[in-house]
Amino acid sequence: MNGVTWVLMVPALAAPLLALLPGYRLSARVNIAASFLTLLAALSLFAGPQAGPSPYVLVDQLNIVFIVLNTLVGFTTSVFSASYIGHELETGRLSAVYLRFYHAMYQVMMFGMNLALLANNIGLMWVAIELATLATVVMVGIYRTHEALEAAWKYFILASVGIAFALFGTILVYMAAQPVVGEGLQGMTWTVLVAHVSKFDPGLLNAAFVFLFLGYGTKVGLAPLHAWLPDAHAEGPTPISAVLSGLLLNVALYAILRFKILMALNHEVIATGPLLVTVGLVSVVFAAFMLYRRRDIKRFFAYSSIEHMGIIVFAFGMGGPLANFAGLLQMTMHSLTKSAIFFTVGHIAQVKGTQRIAEIRGLTESHPLLGWSLVVGVIAIAGMPPLGIFMSEFLIVSSTFAREPLLAIALVLGLLVAFGALLMRLQGFAFGAPSEGTAAVRASYLPAFAHLALVLVAGLYLPPALGSWFQHVARVLG
Amino acid sequence: MHGLNFDVAHLLAGSLVLVSFMLLYQDRLYSLLNIFAVHALVLSLSVAWQAHIQDAPHLYITAAIALVFKAIVIPVALHRMIVQLGIHREIETVAGIGPVMLVGIGLVGLSLAVMLHITAGANLIAREDLAFALSVLLLGLLIMVTRRNAVGQVVGFMSLENGLVLAATGAKGMPLVVEISVAFSILIAFIVIGIFLFRIRERFDTVDIHALDRARGEQR
Repeated sequence: MNGVTWVLMVPALAAPLLALLPGYRLSARVNIAASFLTLLAALSLFAGPQAGPSPYVLVDQLNIVFIVLNTLVGFTTSVFSASYIGHELETGRLSAVYLRFYHAMYQVMMFGMNLALLANNIGLMWVAIELATLATVVMVGIYRTHEALEAAWKYFILASVGIAFALFGTILVYMAAQPVVGEGLQGMTWTVLVAHVSKFDPGLLNAAFVFLFLGYGTKVGLAPLHAWLPDAHAEGPTPISAVLSGLLLNVALYAILRFKILMALNHEVIATGPLLVTVGLVSVVFAAFMLYRRRDIKRFFAYSSIEHMGIIVFAFGMGGPLANFAGLLQMTMHSLTKSAIFFTVGHIAQVKGTQRIAEIRGLTESHPLLGWSLVVGVIAIAGMPPLGIFMSEFLIVSSTFAREPLLAIALVLGLLVAFGALLMRLQGFAFGAPSEGTAAVRASYLPAFAHLALVLVAGLYLPPALGSWFQHVARVLG
Repeated sequence: MHGLNFDVAHLLAGSLVLVSFMLLYQDRLYSLLNIFAVHALVLSLSVAWQAHIQDAPHLYITAAIALVFKAIVIPVALHRMIVQLGIHREIETVAGIGPVMLVGIGLVGLSLAVMLHITAGANLIAREDLAFALSVLLLGLLIMVTRRNAVGQVVGFMSLENGLVLAATGAKGMPLVVEISVAFSILIAFIVIGIFLFRIRERFDTVDIHALDRARGEQR
């Protein structure tokens, strides 16, 4: 039994257990414990010697970063979720039966994401991403209001189409591989594909990448394929918004990065960088302007996620050690910050009884802890120093300036527009006379504080071990 | 080279595209479901034929899933659901039949042009299968876009998925085909059960733009 087995087994065993356990207090604790064990198992991957790849599972330096981030945010979200659902149960928005379902689905989702990250087989990766998506679709619709069902339906339809395209791309990769590596399992095994990709048919690979990028890009929430994302974030329970933004988007991005590496090893195919840069830039600028027109707080931060995924995809599209490093850092910081914001927003929406931006005012006065956490979170996500996102955005912009000044100007424009929107809204949320709903709240502040502290520390002083790890991964990404 | 094996595979894959076109112009839910059952039947024949010529017995499982689950269970379940939930039997389409058919023909032309061009090196059956599969996939997408009812969209999605199964079975010796078709069946069962349990009747009935605005939480 090694770390890999535990990372997969713990959520797989916890899911049926949580489906059977009665009583939400107990199952919330079991959920936390299971998520914590998964995190420990993921951390053990760092320490232990790495076993060689099996036909199905692979651990390398790229996916360890993703897995640790995934399980860390999974754990903190489960802590937040425990206090969040307590309130939902009291107000009768969720019943006990639904909570059993909710907890089981939470672990199913974690299992799907971890499996997708660990998969050494592109077919298995596809199945795992589908599983994780399905689990989130169900959770988005769990409130069963008209709006929630509409959001879940839209998410489901768009995600399914994306997933269908991704499968078609996967089949094309197999078709390209089959004449070279032979029939059967090795035609889909990642390590085998990487070793032989230079001999694959370039035409098939090009078509495959277009389909894969369209398919998984839908799941990353890149404009113009983003339509499901704001609805899914706004209508589901807030812990799900946090894991959607913080984790599921990253997992889909990871799939794209894997295929980007594959494409880079064949010298006759199209360059994938410009495609990523274009779509990333469009997402940044589009989402930045859309931020001004939002009236729902969760929808507002969902658009901010689209913007940040755009920045990250842009950075990976630019490529090179520096931009890749900055992209990885930006991804990590965004996951931590955005989930911290959703943790506070979840409690804010509960005390205010609304998600409408116009009805949320003066939080620093009525709820100082929540209000100031939100202030720090928004400042961080807007990219102000000394927090971590400032550093990564600075690296992305400066490295782009050195190579493609015009692109950098467009990117900076998008960043500034988004910055304006975030600060303008923050002013309303945090200061002024408090709006209705000033009751005290039983919130768990720890997850949000922990995330923001990590972001602050990373902004001031990035531990050299982590820095060199990221640098190494950046070189792998090419 | 152009033996019986190839001709039959070609015939069945071509028929699947043809049935996709038939799905495109249905404006009644019941007839849409009936045609979809035919679609799934043609798929299962096609997959069974591939299993036969590739000598790959595990593909018979995929064929059986297509036959039992998609040609019988799902249409019957949706049929009963329409009765029980009292859903409108007419399908509201976005555009007229003529333009939609023309777009469909354009999509098939596009997918043949693209796939036959890039797969020049692959074996002939796989090439043809892949080109037809992409046509079915794009036509399925067109069906989803032009329908406003949930059942119409689900049928569009299922036909799209049939195209994927066709592509996967056409790629000789592809692993995990059975697993993927099972995963898809679970996905579809999920939706159908979801529709029924959550009784999203409004979703079936309304095309009211105001309702959508409300769902986006952004009306003024």
